[in-house]
Amino acid sequence: MRQGATARLRRDGIALAVVTVAYLAISTFVTNSYYQLILTLVPIWAVFGVSWNILSGYGGQLSFGHASFFGIGAYTVTLALVYWNLTPWLGIPLGMVAGAVAAVIIGTPTFRLRGHYFALSMLAYPLAILYFLQYFGFQELSLPMHRENPAAFLEFTDTRLYTVVAIGLLAAGVLACMLVENSRFGLALLAIRQNELAAEAAGINARQWKMRALTASGTIAAAAGGLYACVLLVVTPDSVFGLLVSAQPVVVTLFGGVASIWGPVIGAAVLVPLAESLNAQLGSILPGIQGVVYGGAIIVIILAAPDGLFWTIRDRWFRRALPPPPPALPAAPAPSRTYVTVSASVPLLQVTDLSRSFGGLRAVSRVSFTVAQGEILGIIGPNGAGKTTLFNVLNGVLSPDEGSAMLAGQPMLGRKVYQVCRMGVGRTFQVVRSFPRLPLLDNVVVGAYGVGLPDRDAVAAAEQALRRVGLLQLATRQAGQLTNKQLRLMELARALAGQPRLLLLDETLAGLGRDECEDVLDVLGKLRDEGMTIAIIEHTMHAMMRLADRFVVLDHGAVLATGLPRDVVEDRAVIEAYLGKKFLARQNA
Amino acid sequence: MDLEVLIENTLNVLAAGVTIGCIYGLMCIGLGLIFGIMRIVNFAQGELLMLGMYASLYLVTGGGVLAFLGPYVGPFVGALCAGPIVFAGGALLHKFLIARVSGLRTAGSIDDGHFGQLLVTLGISLILQNGGLIVFGSSPQTVRTPLASRAFELTGFYGDATVFLNKARLIACTVAIITAITLYLVLEYTRLGKALRAAADNPTAATYMGIDVDRAYRIAFALGCGITAVAGGLMATYLSFGPFIGLDYVIIMYSGVVLGGMGSILGAFWGGLTVGFVQQCSALVLPPQLQNAAIFVVFLLIVMLRPQGLFGRSAERA
Repeated sequence: MRQGATARLRRDGIALAVVTVAYLAISTFVTNSYYQLILTLVPIWAVFGVSWNILSGYGGQLSFGHASFFGIGAYTVTLALVYWNLTPWLGIPLGMVAGAVAAVIIGTPTFRLRGHYFALSMLAYPLAILYFLQYFGFQELSLPMHRENPAAFLEFTDTRLYTVVAIGLLAAGVLACMLVENSRFGLALLAIRQNELAAEAAGINARQWKMRALTASGTIAAAAGGLYACVLLVVTPDSVFGLLVSAQPVVVTLFGGVASIWGPVIGAAVLVPLAESLNAQLGSILPGIQGVVYGGAIIVIILAAPDGLFWTIRDRWFRRALPPPPPALPAAPAPSRTYVTVSASVPLLQVTDLSRSFGGLRAVSRVSFTVAQGEILGIIGPNGAGKTTLFNVLNGVLSPDEGSAMLAGQPMLGRKVYQVCRMGVGRTFQVVRSFPRLPLLDNVVVGAYGVGLPDRDAVAAAEQALRRVGLLQLATRQAGQLTNKQLRLMELARALAGQPRLLLLDETLAGLGRDECEDVLDVLGKLRDEGMTIAIIEHTMHAMMRLADRFVVLDHGAVLATGLPRDVVEDRAVIEAYLGKKFLARQNA
Repeated sequence: MDLEVLIENTLNVLAAGVTIGCIYGLMCIGLGLIFGIMRIVNFAQGELLMLGMYASLYLVTGGGVLAFLGPYVGPFVGALCAGPIVFAGGALLHKFLIARVSGLRTAGSIDDGHFGQLLVTLGISLILQNGGLIVFGSSPQTVRTPLASRAFELTGFYGDATVFLNKARLIACTVAIITAITLYLVLEYTRLGKALRAAADNPTAATYMGIDVDRAYRIAFALGCGITAVAGGLMATYLSFGPFIGLDYVIIMYSGVVLGGMGSILGAFWGGLTVGFVQQCSALVLPPQLQNAAIFVVFLLIVMLRPQGLFGRSAERA
């Protein structure tokens, strides 16, 4: 479980118990069967919203086609009952299995896509299924009645019992969501949503977590769909696979609050009764007016509360004071990863003839260099020299055209970003990639989870990393509130939390003032004293002169010079590349 | 004899595919403008198509101002006139609703404001659909032109095989192509077009260059609405429609735009053409119920094979 999970789980658990009991109490007094139906539909759509929220809210992978899973659940239950006489009590679990399988089948190809492409491709699946079902003659299926033993077939004459089942399903769904949110699963999803590349560079296998999120989501959505079929007693392709069904979880969740356990519940509790009562009250007077009012309500609320009701209400009335920084524990025994030690004669990193082109541009051209254990290698060169591309190839963001790179005798290239991280390579970025909504500590814990540390060790490792860069007192602050220098150090700490043997730092000093530079340099110097091996890209010459043991100078993608700082800065070719021929000529004159 | 029938059917389907595809292409350009320039997923685009149809209907039938043009020229002029009307509507929509959840206001926020945009456009879509039901009624309509039931007959391909080119569709297709080319030239060669492309590429940098990005977005959104409305007006000449027709076409539009590669106007046209073509051609081998399923299958296949779309490019910097 994540840091602070126990308190959150207890708080949300109590809230869940109160909501469940209160809801049941209210529903026992409702005798009108129409209102009872609304009371049953609220939790069903809320569960559907919860399922969507796991994938799209926490994980940020927008899906416009969640009706696929809802519909598969509904049709599995119905077909199993019609053809095998299988009770929905077993049909719903069967539907959940079908939903999970569908999620794997759909996710495997579709997660190759990102962003808008992913969102819109998801839209195509339920619609394709819909047309096929219509073609194969499943236009309208009724669930057969079982008069002898209705309860065994999830059929109740007292409609209040449907509400009890629905609220039970909701409680289970919310509980599942709570567990996701408070585990490394949730943290991985939040990190992926906020910055996928940073998450990968911190060792998170984004694709695997996204698949898990989709599978969990598909399972829960199928349960909601299965129960929906039982309540309505009739399914049509349009009513469970249609565009409006896909829109429903999106609307209730966005309305209630994205990436919050309670968002879908709040959204469904407000919108479902609103839509239904508008239908009942106004639909008969003037067909269409209910849609206009409903649409208007959605627009007005989203303009007033752009993040959804939950977050807006919480920010306005329940803004808690910053939680106090954690008590200064005596340096927790952070576990340390052990690596096979390299013999002094073998360099830790050996790059040989590495090349990478973009079209006709050779961004990195036959670059070779080594980094010895415990050394700080400065990589310098004018803008566009290929420094960042070099790092991108080394840590798996880009694939090389040719060449090799060995880390302690093991090939680094051809691996995925998160795999390179797990080999013991930490990376920071030229433009800071943080997870702005997460507290500083969680930002760093991501790095520790990434390399597979168990919960307790991960937190200890993160705290130790924060202590090493001097940010421990800010551990509870949201990353979005940090200064540029603090963000740079945070990124460094995130890399350190994975206990790397090699750090690739990309312009860690960029955009810092002189004093701030000094602070960061002190931290880096301390790391060197502790024996860390670092390759750092930097422009600021005086900083590099202080820090680096050795320089590699790149120009137009190729190595121009290597050697000790003093020799390199006097190299004519280097001066020419940096300051131009004219400068050289004038100096000689 | 059988071969003759086969050839006749094939040629007819190809002809229908190209003519309808071109109109779809224009429709997709409208969405492609909004999507490509503003990165907004506009779920109300289908309703703008619907508004274009009704605008054209009211302009040219009954006591409409264009009724004097008669049933031959009227419907097509009406379709073109629907453009500016919906353009104005789109500008208002952007000013009062869309601008509040998009543009520089949300750039750089955690999801770039996508969630808010989704809900607002869904809301607009609901209002327009149901408002349309109240205002226009539910009975299906068409902008009647006698041309819809006449065809050019082309022979001489193979034996007695005859290709029928529906006149209404052929003219609609021609108007669509001309509109698309005009728009392309405007975007490519005028100051306005450059401003729009700059705003699409990097809104912040465009602002520094003195481009009023908010205005650029408003024009892009309104233009996108207007172009789709013109396509709607053209389709109204051969199609019967009601207030909920947008639902059927919004998916087709998105397929086309994604196929063409987001952000590419020309790509959107080709994407729409592909979708129309696939839809018509699938009639040769598939039962009618599966024609739309064919679109989605082809769509998924292409997107899987070329994730950046047929004509798009992908780039990300680390």
